[in-house]
Amino acid sequence: MPDAPGLELIRGEIEVDHPGAVLDTSFDRGQAALIADPRRALDVLRWLKEQPGQRYDFLSSLHAADYLPNEPRFGVHYELINRNRVERIRVKAMLADRGEELPEIDSCVELFPTAEAQEREAFDFFGIEFRGHPNLTRILMPDDYVGWPQRRDFPVGGEPVTFTYSERRYG
Amino acid sequence: MRSKQLAARDMLRGDLEGEDLERYVEERVVTTNFEKMLNLARANSIFPLTFGLACCAIEAPISIVTARYDLARFGAEALRASPRQADLIILSGRVSIKMAPVVRRLYDQMLEPKWVMAMGACSSSAGMFANYAVVQGADKFMPVDIYVPGCPPRPEAVLYGFTKLQRKIMGSPDQGWRQRYNAAGTEEWARGGPRSEPSPEAALAYDEARELARA
Repeated sequence: MPDAPGLELIRGEIEVDHPGAVLDTSFDRGQAALIADPRRALDVLRWLKEQPGQRYDFLSSLHAADYLPNEPRFGVHYELINRNRVERIRVKAMLADRGEELPEIDSCVELFPTAEAQEREAFDFFGIEFRGHPNLTRILMPDDYVGWPQRRDFPVGGEPVTFTYSERRYG
Repeated sequence: MRSKQLAARDMLRGDLEGEDLERYVEERVVTTNFEKMLNLARANSIFPLTFGLACCAIEAPISIVTARYDLARFGAEALRASPRQADLIILSGRVSIKMAPVVRRLYDQMLEPKWVMAMGACSSSAGMFANYAVVQGADKFMPVDIYVPGCPPRPEAVLYGFTKLQRKIMGSPDQGWRQRYNAAGTEEWARGGPRSEPSPEAALAYDEARELARA
């Protein structure tokens, strides 16, 4: 895990090779994260993977999140590991809500083949479109499902359950 | 005891005659009607489907057939791996909306007569999963005979539900599930097939159920 100054050093080095690709950094609870420009997130990932001395060459997780009241609304998070030094770094790409149109970001499958299923999961639950993904279809929900169920404005579903306790208390 | 064994031996040898033979037959033969005998046989030779949906599967098809609980005591130790050979499907766990068509298809492939046990809170009412992904109770898409509550139910509870099911089978007149659940007329025919009419018995049962519901 790079510490806070180490994270700033990494940011400075990326700034030399890809000016403007990293928008911000965050170091919270011992976790280092680079906030990347979503159009250039792939450059940052490739740099972290291939730069000698960095070599964060293993994508341990790719996931999305919905920060609904905030804007930009969607986050795509890449958790990278350097397996020799056992160091982790996180890259976040924040995507704006585009209404009916799906938010888009470049797929990193060619960089990390393991992202294939994880990007499909992010697409399935959050409706984030990964450009260049070989087979971007639903993976967990049925193929004919309508909607993006893990978004915060998606109804929870199910049926309301009334317990006598809550009925008495809340009417 | 010994005299009974001797009598049985004599009967098999053909030595029993006259009044002795009459008494032998009276002691050992029970007269009943064919339907009751058939239901007795059905209730005591259920073939459950080897099938698990979620965590309840650890309790149902795995635990209750082991030596500790031993479903074989109730004549159901033969778990079949094919729905074509099974009589009972135990819905052991939550049914997600993606799994529901598969479960329904398994049920449709089972031969009559067939029974369903909804095991645990999830397959009975979705349990704690009031969300977009889980069917809110398996009875939304298939008929269910026995609901066993619990999360998960103890194996004893499953066995109790199983004996309840046996009593239901022994008590129920010989009819298919469409009659049992007043679902006559819901048969799906291939294109051009005959239109089905509910049987008179089913129509009568339906009317009676409606009368009861009104009262």
